[in-house]
Amino acid sequence: MTRREKYDAAQRRRSLVIAASSTALVILALIILVPMAPGWEKVQSSFFNRAVLAKSFPKLLDAFLVNVMIFAWSAPLIGLLGLLIALARDAKSPALFPLRLFGAAFTDIFRGVPVILTVYLIGFGIPGLGLPRPWNSPYIWGSLALILTYSAYVAEIFRSGIDSVHHSQRAAALSLGLSERQVMRDVVLPQAVRNVVPSQMNMLIALQKDVSLLSFIGPVEIFRQAGVFKSLLANFTPYVGAALIFLAVTIPATRYADYLMAKQKRERR
Amino acid sequence: MIESLPKRILTMLKFVPITCALAFMSTSAFAAGHCAAGKTLTDGKFTVATGNPAYYPWVLDDAPESGQGFEAAVAYAVAEEMGIAAADVVWVRSSFDEAIQPGAKNFDVNMQQYSITAERDQVVDFSAPYYTAPMAVLVGPGAVDTAPTMAAIKDLKWGAVGTTTAVPKLYSVIQPGSDPLLYGDTADVSAAISANQIDAALFDLPTALFLSAVMIEGSKVIGQFSADSSENPDQFGMLMEEGSVLKACIDDALAALTESGALAAIEAQWLQDSTGVPLIK
Repeated sequence: MTRREKYDAAQRRRSLVIAASSTALVILALIILVPMAPGWEKVQSSFFNRAVLAKSFPKLLDAFLVNVMIFAWSAPLIGLLGLLIALARDAKSPALFPLRLFGAAFTDIFRGVPVILTVYLIGFGIPGLGLPRPWNSPYIWGSLALILTYSAYVAEIFRSGIDSVHHSQRAAALSLGLSERQVMRDVVLPQAVRNVVPSQMNMLIALQKDVSLLSFIGPVEIFRQAGVFKSLLANFTPYVGAALIFLAVTIPATRYADYLMAKQKRERR
Repeated sequence: MIESLPKRILTMLKFVPITCALAFMSTSAFAAGHCAAGKTLTDGKFTVATGNPAYYPWVLDDAPESGQGFEAAVAYAVAEEMGIAAADVVWVRSSFDEAIQPGAKNFDVNMQQYSITAERDQVVDFSAPYYTAPMAVLVGPGAVDTAPTMAAIKDLKWGAVGTTTAVPKLYSVIQPGSDPLLYGDTADVSAAISANQIDAALFDLPTALFLSAVMIEGSKVIGQFSADSSENPDQFGMLMEEGSVLKACIDDALAALTESGALAAIEAQWLQDSTGVPLIK
């Protein structure tokens, strides 16, 4: 070991020790100081109540399956519609100007309106027109509201991905005799999609949480189930239980998105 | 004829208790010795919370200050019983979550058709019940011919307000064939019935009668569950902070109002006659 390496190792050890002790200090302070607050006992019994958690957790898990279900059928449709909107906004031919206009209007409207409003308007409004069952189901129209809103965001991300592919590649492919369509399908899109995977992962995580907004129009998913327990038991612990279940899914997903982003960064270097 | 002096003194003495009583009544709740004195949030004021918005027939036109509507009228009657002038009744708005959150409350009592349950009672205090509410079945235009029997209503597509005691009742008593849909408030349940997403919803009877008469065209209250026969009757109580010092005064006031028949009179005035709704067998 050279002197330089020895010095570096010592520095590393030193910063490790400092980081560990400062973390320990902060955690210790939280553990000691928070319970010293005068309202702690009340807060503990209404937010972190073991008995209530045990009672409500199994049903919360059941209800979470509804979230997973809605997520599972919405996500692919969002990807598809988002891609189509992005392509519509990217249409080059003058004759297709209405398509570009539509794409722009779509993203403007659905990105601009709060998700919950879209869920209400579509979830209660369209079935109110007199559709027969089961076509007026809140699952269908609520999902559509999520799909419309999220595909507006996803389309913009795809568009940035398409823009990130250098123009010279398009020109080169065209000069090789590929049609506009082939250029988009075989040259631009494969790179564009790969470039935006980490950003789209973030959209998936956000979608996973926003599925809960469908509870406003009827489906008893985890947020509504927690609300039912909250009002029956007059205790907020079921919400904490729901949060734990969400975290169990979103933290690994977030870490995975981080990993993808770091990997992409390395590859670009 | 001139009265003899002893007699005049006697006459004066006769009035003493009355004048004293009058003096007591005219002073505000600051008066020492009064039950609610010093026990309210703001001394001399009685702060009552209601919903935002507050619904008919509990509060008329979302204006509890008018004293119109059942719960508004009860609040003013209780205040009067406790010797608090109507002008000293202050109204605030609160959600259910605010009512049960730990920490200081911004109201003395909260009246929003809160059903008294053992679990809730561990977290907050309830007054003696001021109303016993039977649960009733409200059906949309497509299901008005449903017979008021358990077998018939089981097969309907059900909905309810997710924050009410209608939910456990729905699951345990009716046990519907398909999963019920639950909503955030009465207005959303109405929207779902109007959109034909659900056939039926479970409400307390006064709310159901109001919704069918005013809010949802073509809907009908097809039946009620007897409030007394159920093992867990739905009784509305005023919600107070856990360990509220005011509870005893409120309970006394409600007991006095019940005894004098004043409470029944308020009920008769604001809540529709519900005898026309058949019992569900």
